[in-house]
Parts: sequence; structure tokens; C-alpha cells
Amino acid sequence: MTGNILLSVEDVVVDLPTPRGNLRAVDRVNLTVGAGQTLGVVGESGCGKTMLSRAILQLLPKKAKLSGRVMFDGQDLLQLSREKLRKLRGRSLAVVFQDPMTSLNPVLTIGTQLIETLQEHLELDDASAKKRSIELLAAVGIPAPEQRLSQYPHQLSGGMRQRVAIAIALSCEPKLLIADEPTTALDVTIQAQILDLLAREQRRRHMAMILITHDLGVVAGRTDEVAVMYAGRVVERAPTPALFKKMRMPYTEALLAALPRIDAAPHTPLPAISGRPPDPTRPLQGCSFSPRCRYAVARCHAEKPALTEAESREHQFACFHPIEIHAGAGA
Amino acid sequence: MMLQALPSALPPASGDPLLEVSDLVVEYPVGAKIVHAVSGVSLQIARGETLGLVGESGCGKSTLGRAVLQLRRPTSGQVLFDGQDLTAMQGDALRLMRRRVQLIFQDPIASLNPRRKIGDIVAEPLVISGVKDPAKREELVYEVLSAVGLDPNLVVGRLPHEFSGGQCQRICIARALILNPEFIVCDEPVSALDVSIRAQILNLLEEMKARFGLTLLFIAHDLAVVKAVSDRVAVMYLGRLCEVGPSEQLFASPAHPYTELLIEAIPVPDPDVRPAETVPVGEPPSPIAPPSGCRFRTRCPRADQRCSDEIPELRAVAPGQFVACHHPLI
Repeated sequence: MTGNILLSVEDVVVDLPTPRGNLRAVDRVNLTVGAGQTLGVVGESGCGKTMLSRAILQLLPKKAKLSGRVMFDGQDLLQLSREKLRKLRGRSLAVVFQDPMTSLNPVLTIGTQLIETLQEHLELDDASAKKRSIELLAAVGIPAPEQRLSQYPHQLSGGMRQRVAIAIALSCEPKLLIADEPTTALDVTIQAQILDLLAREQRRRHMAMILITHDLGVVAGRTDEVAVMYAGRVVERAPTPALFKKMRMPYTEALLAALPRIDAAPHTPLPAISGRPPDPTRPLQGCSFSPRCRYAVARCHAEKPALTEAESREHQFACFHPIEIHAGAGA
Repeated sequence: MMLQALPSALPPASGDPLLEVSDLVVEYPVGAKIVHAVSGVSLQIARGETLGLVGESGCGKSTLGRAVLQLRRPTSGQVLFDGQDLTAMQGDALRLMRRRVQLIFQDPIASLNPRRKIGDIVAEPLVISGVKDPAKREELVYEVLSAVGLDPNLVVGRLPHEFSGGQCQRICIARALILNPEFIVCDEPVSALDVSIRAQILNLLEEMKARFGLTLLFIAHDLAVVKAVSDRVAVMYLGRLCEVGPSEQLFASPAHPYTELLIEAIPVPDPDVRPAETVPVGEPPSPIAPPSGCRFRTRCPRADQRCSDEIPELRAVAPGQFVACHHPLI
């Protein structure tokens, strides 16, 4: 990671009490994001990627227990008072959620929601807040921004609503934007537009971003580094090109292979991953992926592999039998 | 043959058609306005073929799938299934015909009754179709559950909430297969599933298709998913077909600008493929007031006056490939 570290997540654990017992949603995760960098967090539903983002933002459910350290811009977020946190969120730490219909307030106009955020964090009078709102809506590609200010979220399409949510997130020039599945609810042509918009604004504002997604295709061209999560843990972490070209973790390989490819011939059987992720309330003794892993041996079922370094410090994986070793054996 | 008389081009399927849809129109009122969900779609599906139907949300693809099965009666047009017009059928005749066609939905958990046991859910089509012998029903349920990769002994007595999304989709597939249908409409069957589970279900559908000799209409918004299972692909935009062609050919050389846009918008899982900065092509207009002429013209880089004056008809551009565009790419 080059440059200054803006965010560092250290040994973060999130436990959620459930009627079935304790659910460890995030299990000792360590991550860093440099200023202006994009980190992709990839994983399937239930892998803990959203809980991780909520742990960073401290927007966890009330019953959740959080431990570890989250250093953001020199401050430990877990030690901040509620008031200080509230000032930070929306100002230098912003978020865009998956579903813009539920993240926007349905009974307030777009203008009210934008101006509210601006005036909460920046000392702007009504006229300049309104002017800036119009500029922001124009910047995120909303046609006729002035008229939009008086509209309600339901009057906009899904793509337009997500643009509004992005405008609100960008409004106070955050240092870090967490985008949690920002395009999952959108159509593919709109998805491309929104991802382009995020990338453009990120470059322009020299903002860092955490892009959380289940789609390896989304992170491939748009991130500097990727962390792959499985059952609450980061199982592989690498600069994006290394992750796709020199992956070591069998789960990463399996996930990529299971994707239907546009360049494959029709009716090509997909190398599916058998089984499904383990029950998070019944943690396994060994590697969480071992029941589904085609390389697993006795040790994998008995012992949890720690994240270890590959050929560079930036590339880490948690596996006793990483891929290259098997490649020689003809797997 | 009567089909020859129809004005719009009918892209012929290779071989003997099981399903022939001609000039299908579905409109429904919303207040004082009319939603033009499907506006004159014609297509054929050959016996044993999988036709993929792609398009963005609101393009009418699901409505088309339902109108084919007469779950929503079309406003006009014809649906010939094995030579018989479903749109003209009523009551018992239609019910009898429906045993030969089935539907699989997007949300597998929502499409299973949460209060009923899996064994009863899967057996219900048999009950409705008059298989009175419980032992026979049980035998068929066990057979079909094994076929979709579930252990019947562990499954039949349990409730839907005890299963994951992928397993529920297997149960839905079992229920769809139990009457031994010839034709299944799969409406976004894997969109709600995770990547690792999605591949399992796609493989299962392919396997079932081969084993039971099925013909499929596979509706999805994800082009890569559609390509993985389809022999031919039809691209739909705002109620009309833009392009129909053999999968490989359509993806290699798309003729319609919309098909090209869809292909370019797919994120490729390869860090060397830098995503092309998309041309800001806006969003689909409302199906309540679709544009005149070509419905894609408001987002099309090639549009000119002719596109707003004249509706493009589907016409052949290559063997088996049909496009509805005044300025096709090939």
C-alpha cells in the first residue's frame, strides 16, 4: 500500500447474539485503505462484508458486540463519543447503500435531504446550500437538477435515486466513501454508469473508497486491492492484478471459475462449488471452506489457517494448500 | 400455413417448433393510462431448444413469459403450443394443457408456501392432476427430489424455512418437473442466488433439460447467465424484440446497438480489461409513453429521423440472426 494509510481495521470482531447462539459475523479482520485508494471487498451473502462496513461506520445492530480497533484519519473510531462520531459520519466518512429506496427518506424532498446534510456538516446559508445541491446533482449526472430538488424519491427511477444517494454521500467531500453493493439493485447498463460515476468522482476528489460487492467482475477493473471474505474472515487479500492472476486461495479460484463467462461457449458446464457456506452459529474447527474445497486434507478440517504472506507483503492468503503447490501436481 | 400470412417476420427456429408466439400484445391499464408491456412480439422455440430472453427490468420479459402460459391473458396475438392456440383455450382444456407447461420463479423462498411440508408442496401438482394413489405420489416425489440432487428422506417432512435459497430453488425445480412437462418458463431462476450456488442451479437445469427432454424459455437480465444455457437468445427492449439469434453469433457480432450496449456493460472479471467509460446513454423511457418509431432511439447513438418515424421490423442480417434496426451494426 503506497501513500498514507487513511483507514486501518485491526483485529475487528463482530459478534451477534441470536436465538441459535452466538453468530460471529466478522472474525478478526485486518485491512488498510490508503488515501485515494480503492479497496474491493468481495464475498457471497452472509460472509460478513456488510457487517464489516457497519463496524467501520459503527452502525451495527444494538445487540452486536464489537472489538478490535478502527483507526480512521488518526482517530480510533471505537473510542469516539457518539457526538463526535455523528459529526464524522457524513462529513469525512460517507456511505452509499445498496437500496436507494430505503436509504433515502421517502417523505422528504431530494432538496431537503441534500441541504440538511450540507448544513449539518458545513456552515452554509440556505442560498449557498441550495446552490451547492444543484451543483452536486449536476455532477452526478442528474438532468434538470433544479427541478429535482422539489421532487420526492418515489418520483425518480432506481438509477436516479442511487445518483441522489451518491450526491448526498459526496456532498461534504468525504475522505472515505464506503459503497456497499451500490449497483446490485440496478440494471446492467445503469450499473456501468454508476460505477463510472463513482470512479470519476473518486479521482476528482482524491477520495478513498471501499467497494463492497459479490461480483468479482465489478472489482476487477475498478479497484487497487481486493479482500475476499468467506464466513466472516478475510481469506485472501492482494493487489487486484495479483488476485486475479496469481490467486492462492482455493475459494477465490472456485468463485471465479463458477462465474458464467460471456466468452465461454453455450452449454459449457460450470465448475460449481458444491455445498454451501457453513452455518455461522456453528463455527468449524478447521478452515471454513474445507467442506467445499477440493484440495482439503485432514489438517484443513482440524486447524484454522492464518493469513500468511505470498511472494509479497501485500498478498496474503489463509490456506494450508495454496493453489500453486497443486498446479504442479496437475490439478 | 397460416403463419405465412402474418406481417411481422417470424424468426424461424431450427427444427420443429413446440411454441410459436405471433404478434403478441399485452397492455394493461394503470389509472387512465395504458402500460404497453409487450407490443407485438413474435418468436418460435423448437422442441428441445433453450431460448434465452434478456432485457432490463421493465422491458416486458416476465410479462411475455406469463402471457405465453396464459397466466396473464394477452391483449391480442396468438400462442401456439404444439399446434394448439392457448389464447383460444378456456377452462378444462387450458388446465389440461397446463400440465405440459411449467414455470420457475425468481425468488425460490417466496414461491414455496411456508406452512407446508416439502413433500406436500412437490406432490401438489399430482393431486391437482388427479393422481389419487398416495403411494404412487410418494414414489414420484421421491424420484423427482433425487433427480434434483436432494435426499428425499431428509427433505419431505421439513418446511421451506429450513432450506437455503439454492435448496429451495431445487425444490421449485422438482415441483415443476413432477408432471413431466415438455416446456418450462424459467423467470430469472438464479438472480436471487449467490455465485457459488448459481452455477449449481444452472448446471442442474441443463442436466434436467437433457434428462427429461425439456424445451426452455430462459428469462434473465444477466447476459452471461443467458449465454451459458441458451441455444438462441432474444433481446427485448421496452416491449419489443430488438434482436434474435444463435447465442454464440449474437454475442460475437451483435447487430442491434442495444445488444452491443448490454454486452459492453457486463463487468468482466479480468483486471486487464479496463472498463470502457460508458457513453452516458440515459435510462429506458416509460412503457406508458414509449417513443415513436424505434423504442430504443432515445438512447441510441445511431438514431436519426427515420428511427422516430418508422418502426423497424425484425429482418434477417445473417443466417438465423434477426434484427429490428434501421442502422444495424452488421
